[in-house]
Amino acid sequence: MIRNRREFVKVSGVLGLMAAAGLITMKEAQAQQQAWNKAAFDTKSLEDTIKALGGSATAPSGDISITAPDIAENGAVVPVAVSSKIPNTQGIYVLVEKNPNTLAAGFTIPAGTEPSVSTRIKMGQTSNVHAVVKADNKFYVATKEIKVTLGGCGG
Amino acid sequence: MPDPMRIRATEQPDGVDVRVLMSHEMEGGQRRDSAGNLVPAHFISNVTVNHNGKPVLTAEWGPAVSKNPYLQFKFKGGKKGDKLSVTWVDNKGETRTDEATIG
Repeated sequence: MIRNRREFVKVSGVLGLMAAAGLITMKEAQAQQQAWNKAAFDTKSLEDTIKALGGSATAPSGDISITAPDIAENGAVVPVAVSSKIPNTQGIYVLVEKNPNTLAAGFTIPAGTEPSVSTRIKMGQTSNVHAVVKADNKFYVATKEIKVTLGGCGG
Repeated sequence: MPDPMRIRATEQPDGVDVRVLMSHEMEGGQRRDSAGNLVPAHFISNVTVNHNGKPVLTAEWGPAVSKNPYLQFKFKGGKKGDKLSVTWVDNKGETRTDEATIG
């Protein structure tokens, strides 16, 4: 995530200052730096996102279901639920093909948690929504088109 | 200090159903204000849900999650009276943790 020393110094400097100012504790600052996969959230296509998540290819799967409206009147709030019947599901990712950045959300599913999550996302325009499931370090995908009457990514 | 979350966790035959509503503007970084300047992105980037100190769900979010984010999932192994804690951190380093009791 941090490519060179200069960038590292810059990032740690800013977070260090925030920590010093008491805005955040150093532990949280470090946790946040490590945990957020910036590379993946910067990607512009399904293939690039999968690569940034550490995969190489995706197989279409009928065991993933996407519950979302066919037509979303308001792109700022599109309810999306993804559930997976694939054994050993480790992660669920929600991708919107035509958003400025493809990846909207990623969930890590520990053992004991049902591979099923619901949330609400923003969509700039009518687009395919991909639900990607990571299971046994392989990636599977299901796709649904959601039509958006009013975009929710700016104005 | 950000507003508290609303957390509802209920025990059901097939696991504990968790619903969380967070209060956050989730600014996408695409919108311009009335003067034509880009409003910088401000969004929750990480969410962790712990049950008895053990994570039952972690999430990484981008700016494309809707304002006042909603999250629902289920996990096994929890029972009535157990404590559940939800923590989020945003890209400006603000954070908030709230607790709920499974009912």
